[in-house]
Amino acid sequence: MGVCAYNPKKSFLLELGKTLQICISFLSQHRLCGVTGSSHVISCYPAEMRQKNQELRSMSEKPRLIYFNGRGRMESVRWLLAAARVEFEEIFLDTREQYVKLIKDGSLMFQQVPLVEIDGMKMVQTRAILSYIAGKYNLYGKDLKERAFIDMYVEGITDLMHMILMFPFSPPEAKEKNLALITERATHRYFPVFEKALKQHGQDFLVGNQVSWADIQLMEVILAVEEKTPAVLSAFPQLQAFKTRMSNMPAIKKFLQPGSPRKPPPDDHYVSTVLKVLAEE
Amino acid sequence: MSEKPKLHYFNGRGRMESIRWLLAAAGVELAELLSVLTVKVYGALLFQQVPMVEIDGMKMVQTRAILSYIAGKYNLYEKDLKERAWIDMYVEGVRDLMDLIRVHHKLSPQEQQKNLALIGEKAATRYFPVYEKILKDHKDDFLVGNQLTWADVQLIEAILTVEEKVPTILSEFPLLQAFKARVSSIATIKKFLQPGSQRKLPTDEKAVAFTNRIFNRR
Repeated sequence: MGVCAYNPKKSFLLELGKTLQICISFLSQHRLCGVTGSSHVISCYPAEMRQKNQELRSMSEKPRLIYFNGRGRMESVRWLLAAARVEFEEIFLDTREQYVKLIKDGSLMFQQVPLVEIDGMKMVQTRAILSYIAGKYNLYGKDLKERAFIDMYVEGITDLMHMILMFPFSPPEAKEKNLALITERATHRYFPVFEKALKQHGQDFLVGNQVSWADIQLMEVILAVEEKTPAVLSAFPQLQAFKTRMSNMPAIKKFLQPGSPRKPPPDDHYVSTVLKVLAEE
Repeated sequence: MSEKPKLHYFNGRGRMESIRWLLAAAGVELAELLSVLTVKVYGALLFQQVPMVEIDGMKMVQTRAILSYIAGKYNLYEKDLKERAWIDMYVEGVRDLMDLIRVHHKLSPQEQQKNLALIGEKAATRYFPVYEKILKDHKDDFLVGNQLTWADVQLIEAILTVEEKVPTILSEFPLLQAFKARVSSIATIKKFLQPGSQRKLPTDEKAVAFTNRIFNRR
């Protein structure tokens, strides 16, 4: 987990150097488009520094994501962590044995994945996980009302994402109809709302003039729908500009490049793995 | 300061029932408007869907967003991020169970039989054991943080709703039985459980047909 034991043989200066390195990496992790998280004052006293060091290390232990090797419900978590510049580890479920073991170990509260190990918790339930990450990394607005708008937008987007998520599992004869429904909902129910919101306040982001969970979620769903219907944004100039802006944000730009944790669209292998692991009828 | 929140929905439980529960638990008076057709026509629904709750100058939609806001506003949501995380997890689990029940009346009689078995099975093996264990390990009266939270209100709603379908469901869960008794006797919740409150009866056939007509469903 990257937690180094304190070695009394190391010189004080070396430990100071390590501490500063960890502090710098922690602070830079939280630098997000000019919005800074809480700052930590580093005292000059060794004992206090050791304690801060320990805190920073345990806080900067990488979250661990346990899921199938594909998008599914975990992809939104990957997006949010990436946007917050949080590095994470992934464990992929390929066999039913792994899944049964997780249940037997008591790791899955409701016997379901996604599972995210973060800050000493074994978190389940996608919304709970995303909500925690958003709150921790300052992506949840600054007050209750901004939160309310972020929640509303996210919930709407999640309804659309759910259709896309379930699409590969729909029977072949239903696929054409479901695809049409995804496009129709995107074009008539969801995208107009966000187009209007951006037009009305003229700001770069959906809520509170700073990037939030809602913007990340919207970016994710735009790209997901475009994979199915490439011209879906043609009637939405604000969303086109939004998409360009978001793509240029360093953390998101990095996530959109090959070699990032971003997963490819689901294929037959992914579908069969999920069904096999979950032993769904 | 607050005007009464206004609830726009059908005259039935559906997705709005959890909101009625939470407002009741918080001791908040509300106004119910059965004006779904009107608000739909006048474009007051963000995603063309109900529930919609007018509260604090907002026309809120999306059940979870509404519940989250109410919980935050009326102190049914912990301030600490980690305690919030536990509340969220517990609530989401309960809501998955509630979803099985919410759709029950839409099913054909044969499907209903199967669904009933599924509800009983999931409640008894996937969900209620989790909350029984939490209460056992926690040794407090409530699920999180030793005070009434959204998680407790959601759980008691689920317990009572499942019991309507599977009356003996709590037979293996003594701590949940105690929880149910305890939470039912909290003043605001006791009031909600009495006749004449905002609580709605279990959904019936007529309500289903009416809903379908409004939303142009089969």
